[in-house]
Amino acid sequence: MTDNLQPGSPDKEPASEEQAAQVTLGNTEQAEAATTPTAPHKRPTLGRLFLENLWAANTFTVTLLSLVLAMVVGAVLMIISDPKVLATYAYITARPSDAINASWTLVSEAYANLFKGSVFDPGATTLTAALSPISETLTYTAPLVFTGLSVALAFRGGLFNIGAQGQAIMGVVLAALAGFLLPLPYGLHLLVAVLAGALGGAVWGFIPGILKARTGAHEVINTIMLNYIAVYFLTWLIVQNGVQDPNRTDAISRPVDASAQLPRLFGEPLRAHAGILLAVLVTWAVAWLLNRSTLGFELRAVGANPDAARTAGISVTRTYVLVMVFAGALAGLGGSQMVLGTTAAALTPLVIAQIGFDGILVALLGRVKPWGVAMAALLFGALQAGGNRMQSYSGISLELVTVLQALIVIFIAAPALVKAIFQLRAARAARLQTSLAKGW
Amino acid sequence: MAVPDVAVAAVDEGYWTRTRKVGLVLLALGLLATVLFGALATGEQARFTLSEDAAGAALEINGTVGAILFGLITLAAGAAMLARLPKRWFIPMLAVGLVAFVLSFLCWQVSAAPTGQNFMPLVNIVRGTFLLALPLIFGSLAGVLCERSGVVNVAIEGQLLMGAFSGALFGSISGSVWVGLVAAAIGGSFISLLLAVFSIKYLVDQVVMGIVLNLLALGITGFLYERLMQTDAARYNSAPRFSNWEIPLLSDIPVLGPALFRGNIFLYLALLLVLVTHIALFRTRWGLRTRSVGEHPTAADTLGVKVLGLRYRNVILAGAIAGIGGASYTLALFSFTKNMIGGKGFIALAALIFGRWSPTGALLAALFFGFADQLATYLGAINSVIPGQFLAMLPYLATILAVAGLVGRVRAPAADGKPYIKG
Repeated sequence: MTDNLQPGSPDKEPASEEQAAQVTLGNTEQAEAATTPTAPHKRPTLGRLFLENLWAANTFTVTLLSLVLAMVVGAVLMIISDPKVLATYAYITARPSDAINASWTLVSEAYANLFKGSVFDPGATTLTAALSPISETLTYTAPLVFTGLSVALAFRGGLFNIGAQGQAIMGVVLAALAGFLLPLPYGLHLLVAVLAGALGGAVWGFIPGILKARTGAHEVINTIMLNYIAVYFLTWLIVQNGVQDPNRTDAISRPVDASAQLPRLFGEPLRAHAGILLAVLVTWAVAWLLNRSTLGFELRAVGANPDAARTAGISVTRTYVLVMVFAGALAGLGGSQMVLGTTAAALTPLVIAQIGFDGILVALLGRVKPWGVAMAALLFGALQAGGNRMQSYSGISLELVTVLQALIVIFIAAPALVKAIFQLRAARAARLQTSLAKGW
Repeated sequence: MAVPDVAVAAVDEGYWTRTRKVGLVLLALGLLATVLFGALATGEQARFTLSEDAAGAALEINGTVGAILFGLITLAAGAAMLARLPKRWFIPMLAVGLVAFVLSFLCWQVSAAPTGQNFMPLVNIVRGTFLLALPLIFGSLAGVLCERSGVVNVAIEGQLLMGAFSGALFGSISGSVWVGLVAAAIGGSFISLLLAVFSIKYLVDQVVMGIVLNLLALGITGFLYERLMQTDAARYNSAPRFSNWEIPLLSDIPVLGPALFRGNIFLYLALLLVLVTHIALFRTRWGLRTRSVGEHPTAADTLGVKVLGLRYRNVILAGAIAGIGGASYTLALFSFTKNMIGGKGFIALAALIFGRWSPTGALLAALFFGFADQLATYLGAINSVIPGQFLAMLPYLATILAVAGLVGRVRAPAADGKPYIKG
């Protein structure tokens, strides 16, 4: 076994500030606790502190500015892909107002729809219509919380779980099978289906975990491969007898029984379901696991420095396996939301959309901390919900949301770039590093 | 580095050497082939025609006889490995065993096909294999260039997609295949430029960056596809296509001729690039520097190699190659559609790893994966009992087995994925 198989191991090369920061990733929270001024000898006023911090390159400012930068790039994409608006740029030197007005109308309308679709629509007249954007946002948020937590948990243990997609697929498969094959009463049926989802994901997480622990096979490679194996398994399973909907010829499974579906939160037309409550509960549980439990301590120790953890008597192999099983179970729960919630009731080849890959972005945006992940999932859920409205009202393709999401994370991942663009004051580097550098 | 509490299963001591383990696996496969395939095969003649259809000359064998015969060959290869086999015979024996296993499987499948379809057109199979392997070859070459110089390239998918898109867009606007080809190379290198800047300058984790760039490429191409190509397909999505070039003399070789030497520019380019990359990587000064930067950048730097500059250049070059690979779709076969690469970039990554980070290895792995893909199509056409999805899983399973050390150990360049900070 060579050095490069140990993620997060301290580099033998001369360490720089950034590298030191990357190694401490697992201990971000301690680092933050340590940097909070606890012994104020010359305490500045609260207001002054606030103003000073506002333009410093801290987590919040960088996140906000990344969002702004992403939206600016999104606006440019909208303008260059609209032939009518682009035509006004042909005579921009003669009448610049035309180009500016046309661009402003296009972009502001699109982003206004993004907001109306995800947060609040001022034009809403009924209570249902007023609640609808929030309901949509929560519907999209719930599964992302789980997949985001899955990736974040593995990250803290020093593993990069790109397999959330595959684990979510195995989760959705088992949850759906339990949902329409088992004749169980209300309540119990839902519980069994949710647990089946977690089990499916856990099994799919166990494989790369045990391979990493026993043979040193890199989890990034294995999880990528397992993602595709899961996809093909799903497409094969859907068309089997007993699974495929007998009334359909296309690739769709039987629908999940009503007794296994998550209850709606705000009544019939609104789609928000109890999955979001489960998501909050699980976020709390993961936060507890990471910060208060022995396993969490061992996990963070292994993530920060496996060699030191091993010296301290922690079984690294056991931790790797457990981390991946937990991460898989979380992703499986996320997948189960896609058939037990209101998004769909039956398996289709694309039933879980991109929630696994989005989970990676969510985890990075949330700085791999449980509550941060939950907030990041909320932002991504809002973008998704708003994107739907933007597509139907402004004719801006939903793909723009994918672009925005990717750009936000690119900027987050390179805080030095954001800092340079906006001339931010330097803040402590440790809080800004989101990713840990490692090889295959 | 010694890792005390990790049980290393791959490196064997004592009786169960790697050769014996592989021998045991082959023995099991041979038994499976002889008994199961032999029993399921029918007495029909299995015909492997040397043409594109049932007509013409063919290699023929009775289904049951073939399945059992080739199964026995696999069995024999396994037994030879279990007995003392000189080390130099390991690879040839493994190849013989596996090929015989596949042939036994084919004898069963072809003989059990519906009446009138008991033939396998070899020209189609070979041509399809190469066609399906094309983006994989370009993609895994891009991976070789990147990773040999120490930058993990998970963004192959994004580079292929961006290449396919810009090839289609600018090929359509200009009406010229050559403009499209250049645009595809530029599109692919745009994604890899981002990869280079963020991973080399801003030290972002390279795997993270690769994943995000894949999504970015998916988003941008999908967005512009819906905004431009769907609204005005005639103007933005009707790129001209490269025609097939027939190479005189070589195209008259049976089976290989019509399958390989009547192809389009991308096929020739891919094979040429494999050759060029192989020679460049292992026989030139640039190659030595690239490999040393990928294995031990500090040592290379000490000797005066410009580590970061070399990494920038190689990563961008890799993007251009992957971009051309993407264009092998849009400038030769199909018009652009959303997410048209559909995971091929990740199979290319698998081919790169399976081929152990070498150009020729990547080519062979890509062909193997292409063959699995083509076989899935063929078996679908003859209503086989083997679901195509399981054959489609084969590349991914093979890669997992490879990295887990079950078929020999694969090892990445030592500095792969580690940012280099001059200090």
